[in-house]
Amino acid sequence: MSFEQIVFYGFSFMLIFSALMVILVKNSVKAALFLVLCFFASSALWLLLEAEFLAITLMLVYVGAVMVLFLFVVMMLDINYSALRQGYTKVLPIALMVALGFLLLLQWLVGNEHFGLNIIAEPQKHPADYSNVRELGRVLYTDYFYPFELAAVILLVAIIAAISLTFRGKRGRKSQDIDKQVEANKQNRLKVVKVEPVVSPKISDGEKA
Amino acid sequence: MIGLSDYLLVGAILFAISVAGIVINRKNVITLLMCIELMLLSININFIAFSRYLNDIQGQVFVFFILTVAAAEAAIGLAILVALFRNRATIDVEELDQLKG
Repeated sequence: MSFEQIVFYGFSFMLIFSALMVILVKNSVKAALFLVLCFFASSALWLLLEAEFLAITLMLVYVGAVMVLFLFVVMMLDINYSALRQGYTKVLPIALMVALGFLLLLQWLVGNEHFGLNIIAEPQKHPADYSNVRELGRVLYTDYFYPFELAAVILLVAIIAAISLTFRGKRGRKSQDIDKQVEANKQNRLKVVKVEPVVSPKISDGEKA
Repeated sequence: MIGLSDYLLVGAILFAISVAGIVINRKNVITLLMCIELMLLSININFIAFSRYLNDIQGQVFVFFILTVAAAEAAIGLAILVALFRNRATIDVEELDQLKG
């Protein structure tokens, strides 16, 4: 068994085991932590597939941001987990059947006779000076520039939506109130003030000098 | 030697597990969101495996966009979850039936 195979099978088993734990553990905090392990294992698989930039992005964006957000929310909400697990054993056989059906179908579709090594040979390794980031950036900023900007807009929309959904402060907007504008009359807008002239005392000649 | 079908099979197993997870945890919204993240991850594994074996970088560009959309989806989903928990004090999917007419 070569080193690559050891890495592949090791991280694949880690990935599948932690995915099983995500759906089977009772506590959502533990599920989130197993999901972190899932992302870690698949990031290692992506490194094996020479997608270095995306592997590191997965670690930074997912483990660093999204999963921390998940953990924050899970720990903030006070949830009775045992009540949520009722009827668990009842649906377990259905879930197993659905999963096995999916798996058999997909295995038939992507199995060895369609995508095996004799159909698609293992590609050449990239040379040491090959830069995955440069290659990805070249495509992203030329052919896919318009979708790239759209992705930025999607992120902006997500920021605004997340803030406005969870915002709890005063929601005062500076909008027009037509009734108030029509009701307004001269008296409560304009006030004529009679100002008496102030006569300053005469400056004496001695002070002038 | 690791073939393309090995990677695709890992993705398929991951997808089947997350489908089973959606069926099992159909009461807990948080675990449902996590299962959707797992599904997206399995799709991403497929994309990157094809990108490597067909020697075409465009698969990785698609993974980049999927990651972006998945992050936006997680943020909005969790925000909805927090707003929901404030109003109803529960995250049980079966109790959220106000739109049921």
